[in-house]
Amino acid sequence: MKRFKLIRDIRLGIKNLLLHKLRSMLTMLGVVFGVGSVVAMLAVGEGASKEALDQIRRLGSTNIILTSMKPSGDAEAGSMRSFMSVYGLLYDDEIRIRESFPHINTTAPVRVFRKEGRLGPRIIEIRVLGTTEKWFDLVRRPMIGGRGLHERDLENSSAVCVLTELGARKLLATEHTIGEKIKIDKGYFEVIGIVKSDSGNSTSIESPDQDVDAYIPINVATERFGEVISRRVTGSFERELVELHQILVEVESTDHVESASKNMETMLKRFHPKKDYKISVPLALLRQAERTKRTFNIVLGSIAGISLLVGGIGIMNIMLASVTERTREIGIRRAIGAKRKQIIVQFLIETVVLSTIGGGIGIGIGLVIPWLIEKFAEMPTVVTPWSIVLSMGISAAVGIVFGLYPAIRAANLDPIVALRHE
Amino acid sequence: MNIEAEPASIAARDLVVLEDVTKTYQMGTQEVHALAGVTLTFKEGGFSAIMGPSGSGKSTMLNLLGCLDRPTTGRYTMGGEDVSSLDDDALSELRLRHLGFIFQSFHLIPQLTVKENIELPLFYLGWEEEDSATRAHELAARMGLEDRLSHRPMELSGGQQQRVAIARALANDPTVLLADEPTGNLDSATGAQIMDLLCELNGLGKTVIMVTHETEVAAFARRRIHMRDGLVEVIDGNEEGEEGAES
Repeated sequence: MKRFKLIRDIRLGIKNLLLHKLRSMLTMLGVVFGVGSVVAMLAVGEGASKEALDQIRRLGSTNIILTSMKPSGDAEAGSMRSFMSVYGLLYDDEIRIRESFPHINTTAPVRVFRKEGRLGPRIIEIRVLGTTEKWFDLVRRPMIGGRGLHERDLENSSAVCVLTELGARKLLATEHTIGEKIKIDKGYFEVIGIVKSDSGNSTSIESPDQDVDAYIPINVATERFGEVISRRVTGSFERELVELHQILVEVESTDHVESASKNMETMLKRFHPKKDYKISVPLALLRQAERTKRTFNIVLGSIAGISLLVGGIGIMNIMLASVTERTREIGIRRAIGAKRKQIIVQFLIETVVLSTIGGGIGIGIGLVIPWLIEKFAEMPTVVTPWSIVLSMGISAAVGIVFGLYPAIRAANLDPIVALRHE
Repeated sequence: MNIEAEPASIAARDLVVLEDVTKTYQMGTQEVHALAGVTLTFKEGGFSAIMGPSGSGKSTMLNLLGCLDRPTTGRYTMGGEDVSSLDDDALSELRLRHLGFIFQSFHLIPQLTVKENIELPLFYLGWEEEDSATRAHELAARMGLEDRLSHRPMELSGGQQQRVAIARALANDPTVLLADEPTGNLDSATGAQIMDLLCELNGLGKTVIMVTHETEVAAFARRRIHMRDGLVEVIDGNEEGEEGAES
């Protein structure tokens, strides 16, 4: 029985291709650029969407974030500067959500103030968040040192604060550490912990944390800074009464996110005649981003598909010419005893070798382009292993699909006619 | 040298048998009877020349004998096997194992070296590389081409090219050598050398069937089959005559 020697056949194919080096190279170009563009475009697309998806994931996929918003139709604030605008989420909203909604794990109320933080000669603008110990359960950020807020701190109305890494570095510098007392506004707070901030550099999606934050018990915040927030706006004061700036809600699982957010919207609508709140659902954003990414991939895929199709047709064209040119050779091989199948394999291997080598070079180009983009355009790119596997598979498939017809044509030549061919 | 087949049996048996074989081609609306009913026997170890003017059906005969084509009607057996009923793969297998072709225009593959051309049947027989290299060397040496192994066919003279083709035809150790005007593209001196070579191979036991229109060339064969209009006209000489006398 005859053994099927693939390696020998591949060597024969490569040899035949090397007989026409320039032609083989030009034939390959279509696949080279097709595959190169697939890998490069996927890397750029993947990089762009990864950034967006990471930002959203940081918000937590089981979280729902309610944020107070100044109603857009609030004209009084502009016309009567001394008037105090009252809007936003209520303490009661949080209680209602926590106590009457199903499948809620935890909620955390948040009040936000902008204050001056001071330690010795160093003064920084700091965002002070009045919240509860629940905040740390909800927004899972690793502690760098010390501890987060505790139930006790709220019960005792302790003047303690947790700083973010960057805030701590700015304020405490290297000389001080946990246990130091810093001055926020007019009072002193003991630093009990330092937490890693991971807001990314996003401003488009409201992250619960920012780079320079101080977290203090919510009751202490209200006690020290009051309910009314004054802000200096172009020469005059703007006064606002906002009970809660944010309510963070964590539901039991991602299955409940959608229904919970719908219920909250219904409830809030009933208690807030003006829409002075915003519900952001990271999961929905995530889904949206994933959909966008999918669409993007389909578009890129079609472009790449068309270029590969063109490359494949190029290969087929050249192989058909090659079959005509080598008619006599085919006749000789058949007369000597080569079977149809062996002629098919011979020609098919040539196209597959051509397209896979083209694919390999294409992958090389597809890896260099994202690297250059990252280096010079400073855009993030991600080359996923599956995109390489995919393009290798596609280029081999292109070789088979577009090589099959010329190969079959070669094999079906009548040996007598083929031998007479000049 | 082990080019020759297994020792020729004392009583030469019928190797190739044609029984009332016809071959009809459709040329437009007209039917052309290339073979109009041929009954012939070729004995093992024989040397026959098929002669006749162009259009006599001698090329069609060679294609049939070479298993490149199937008869329209009639029976054609080779070594007892009915060729008329075989499919394309089986015909290929038959050519690969039992036949060796020698063509008028040599039909070497120009991009392959002499060695690779000789190795071609062995490639399809699935021989190991070392074995087929050894075989190619032996055959080339036998044909006086041992220093031409890495040359391309185009770098050789006509006589040398035809010797490469003969070496290739012998590579699979065939039962039958089929030669189609083997001297047609050669000058008479070189042609005579090639014919001597064929006679020598026949003497070593190979069955040789040759198509030619040259009487001088046909004179090398022991039997001459004259064809005309798709029929056997005259057979002169006897395949067995001399052979029988020798043994």
